[in-house]
Amino acid sequence: MSSTDISAEEVDRLYERLNKEAEEGGYHLNPDVEFAKDLIRGILTNEKRYGYWGCPCRLACGRKEEDLDIICPCDYRDTDLSEHGMCYCALYVSEAVEKGEKELTGSIPERRRPAKERKKAKSEHPRKSVSSLPLPVWRCKVCGYLCAREEPPEVCPVCKAKKERFERFM
Amino acid sequence: MRMTHAKGNKMGKVVLYALSTCGWCRKTKRLLDKMGIEYSYVDVDLLEDKEEDEVMKEIERWNPKCSFPTVVVNNEKCIVGFNEEKIKKAVGYE
Ligand code: SF4
Repeated sequence: MSSTDISAEEVDRLYERLNKEAEEGGYHLNPDVEFAKDLIRGILTNEKRYGYWGCPCRLACGRKEEDLDIICPCDYRDTDLSEHGMCYCALYVSEAVEKGEKELTGSIPERRRPAKERKKAKSEHPRKSVSSLPLPVWRCKVCGYLCAREEPPEVCPVCKAKKERFERFM
Repeated sequence: MRMTHAKGNKMGKVVLYALSTCGWCRKTKRLLDKMGIEYSYVDVDLLEDKEEDEVMKEIERWNPKCSFPTVVVNNEKCIVGFNEEKIKKAVGYE
């Protein structure tokens, strides 16, 4: 499917929404609006293709469980923002970049591990738990928000990631 | 495999592995166009499964992370990601 199947209105609508949510949560979209909108068009294209917001700069495999880490905003966004002032795609940027104090000249290294290593890591790290706690602690894998309750929230109150992106932390 | 060929000055064999949805891949295409050189590219996300697997193996040889964009020059140099200087240097563009 080509990216042109998405209408300009759809792209604009999602841009407005993401921009509002980003600013409310202390994040910033790339001030190059055309660049940001092209990426948002890519996210919408991936939604049509795969049924989820696969990162536009990474190749999704089409199986949601295996791609949870690269559903936008991906698990790597915040670390890349701290280290490089941008997420891998540069849809999200740091405040310095947004204000024009820092310039982006090129792409940054891929933080996601290759498929083989991801599979291996998954089988090697069973979940730890501290059974003496009165409630389990859940961690948002996107932004690190923690909460102690029976179940993770439907949507992360900080970064708006969905429930499925939470992991049991303690 | 279906490669799209862009005509231009011959500076050797320049192959770009890209994703149609990726902003840095788009910038790479624009840079190569601006340089006016001949190159081939493939948008891996638009391939059928079998072809996609084949191309991913090809990319893995050059770039084990299989990330995009990946540019391979003359079957000997590989540039991972969008880096204007490195791409220009690899193809010998002044
Ligand atoms: S936050 Fe992650 S998934 Fe979203 S655009 Fe940036 S790199 Fe891609």
